[in-house]
Amino acid sequence: MIIMAAMAGATPFIVNTHAQKPVSAPVVTLNDVTKVYETASGGTVHALSKINLAIHGAEFVSVIGASGCGKTTLLRIIGGLEDGFGGELVLSGRKGGGPSRDVGIVFQDANLLPWRSILQNVLLPAQVLRLDKQASLARAHELIELVGLKGFEDKYPFELSGGMRQRVSIARALVHNPSVLLMDEPFGALDALTRETMNAEVLKIWDATKKTVFMITHSITEAVFMSDRVIVMSPRPGRVIAEVDIALPRPRHISMLSEEKFGAYTGKLRRLLDVGTD
Amino acid sequence: MSLDATAAAEILASRKRERLRWLSVSSVDSLISLGGFVMLALVWEVAVDLFKVPDFILPAPSAIAVSLYNGFASGLFVYNFFVTAFQTIAGFLLAAVIGTAIGAVVAQFRIVERIVYPWLVALQTLPKIAIAPLIIIWAGYGIGSKVIIVALVAIFPVLVNTIMGLKSCDQGKLDLMRSLGAGRWETFRTVRLPNALPFIFAGLNVAIVLAILGSIVGEFVGSKAGLGNLILEANFQFDVARIFAVLVVLGVFGVVLSLIMRMAQSHFLFWNKSLS
Ligand SMILES: Nc1ncnc2c1ncn2[C@@H]1O[C@H](COP(=O)(O)OP(=O)(O)OP(=O)(O)O)[C@@H](O)[C@H]1O
Ligand SMILES: [Mg+2]
Repeated sequence: MIIMAAMAGATPFIVNTHAQKPVSAPVVTLNDVTKVYETASGGTVHALSKINLAIHGAEFVSVIGASGCGKTTLLRIIGGLEDGFGGELVLSGRKGGGPSRDVGIVFQDANLLPWRSILQNVLLPAQVLRLDKQASLARAHELIELVGLKGFEDKYPFELSGGMRQRVSIARALVHNPSVLLMDEPFGALDALTRETMNAEVLKIWDATKKTVFMITHSITEAVFMSDRVIVMSPRPGRVIAEVDIALPRPRHISMLSEEKFGAYTGKLRRLLDVGTD
Repeated sequence: MSLDATAAAEILASRKRERLRWLSVSSVDSLISLGGFVMLALVWEVAVDLFKVPDFILPAPSAIAVSLYNGFASGLFVYNFFVTAFQTIAGFLLAAVIGTAIGAVVAQFRIVERIVYPWLVALQTLPKIAIAPLIIIWAGYGIGSKVIIVALVAIFPVLVNTIMGLKSCDQGKLDLMRSLGAGRWETFRTVRLPNALPFIFAGLNVAIVLAILGSIVGEFVGSKAGLGNLILEANFQFDVARIFAVLVVLGVFGVVLSLIMRMAQSHFLFWNKSLS
């Protein structure tokens, strides 16, 4: 895997090779992806500039970068939610944008439908995609158990805490068995303690389901703790400044947060972000 | 972090209790207001008796009660109540169905909205009740004309609120549907419409009040029967006690209708936090 410091003037970054990763065709490939928004006032916002990325099967990739640098835009492009963009997107062998049933999205807000029970919420993608009812139901129950909400199937979103709601939305994103899971600051709205628990839980889920994960976060610690690779983006227009392989052993444990190696990674990422800011 | 089946059942039961508690709280409230009502009637009775107020100005509550009894005993109130109740409910249901349907079409299609919306805004300020005489001319003195008047008067809040509710859907939920490749109809049915329900119910609550108003005013303008018709007749005969008796019937009718509305609302909108 390559690490680039494409930024002019920035010191090139040293490559961390992650030897265990098998070399396979990437599940998600972005070639020179560019996005320009037209604003309501008639101007343009250059959100993304020539993004090149390859995400492999079962890889856990995080993106960090300053607010407004285009992370959400990038995720929305992969998730088929942006209409016009420059460059090429290849997802599970299919070119072009648009919604794909091979993707599950966890938004920053859980976005549950408040009039549906937890089970019905988790089943939503299966309903829209007209999947087999019996199989989906079994899978929904499995996933609800996996996210630790067994017994809450018939409750309604207003009866759940913020963390529980986000877990429901993770189960929902997985019910149609997509190979790619996109998460946009999934734990941004949670308190630090819940967040740590959720991080560990998502890793457990990732381990159990072997999804390809693309996660946006504002937390460097979270990025290092969870990821195989962290992508650092520059301020707008968003470019990839660096990709850092995290060669920490798995399964990861909270105790690793205090290890020296861990600190080295977070320090490295923080410096990269700082270089990008000035 | 798992909860066993009994705990889940407990939660379901507590949700039911929640709904029941709403009923019992409202019954305590209604006891209190009933007490106040009895007090008022007593003071009224004594005052009318003491100051020798003539019957055709302000009848005593006892006289109203007698008139009320006679009205029901003779079957006069029963028949006319059913006429007004039918007009009101039929007109309201028409307004609810047509208002929601038109609102849905307006909110879903940009072109329709462009054409219809200016008219809606212009019509909204117009007192719809003012066209009642026209409807009587066109549709006659029977029940039909009143159903039309009621529907016309009651449709606007439903229509406007439906449009507002359908348009107020937050982008996140729409993005979710879009990411799954859901079509327009599927998104409407699974997200937009349920999302608009609280708005639609708010509109229906206003509409039910306007429906009773439309029914009575329609009868004032021209009718052969109904509680409004009874009021007019009693007015000509200076039978003020009967006017009050009819007003009592109307009051009870209104309360019952709004109670039904509230029960429907708490049944369909139990998930809506802003209500509880
Ligand atoms: N629909 C839109 N129309 C116009 N400009 C937009 C639109 N969506 C995003 N932008 C602009 O594109 C840029 C990137 O936005 P984006 O939401 O991708 O940033 P982000 O990295 O996710 O930020 P944050 O970390 O704060 O969530 C911002 O400057 C934003 O103002
Ligand atoms: Mg964002």
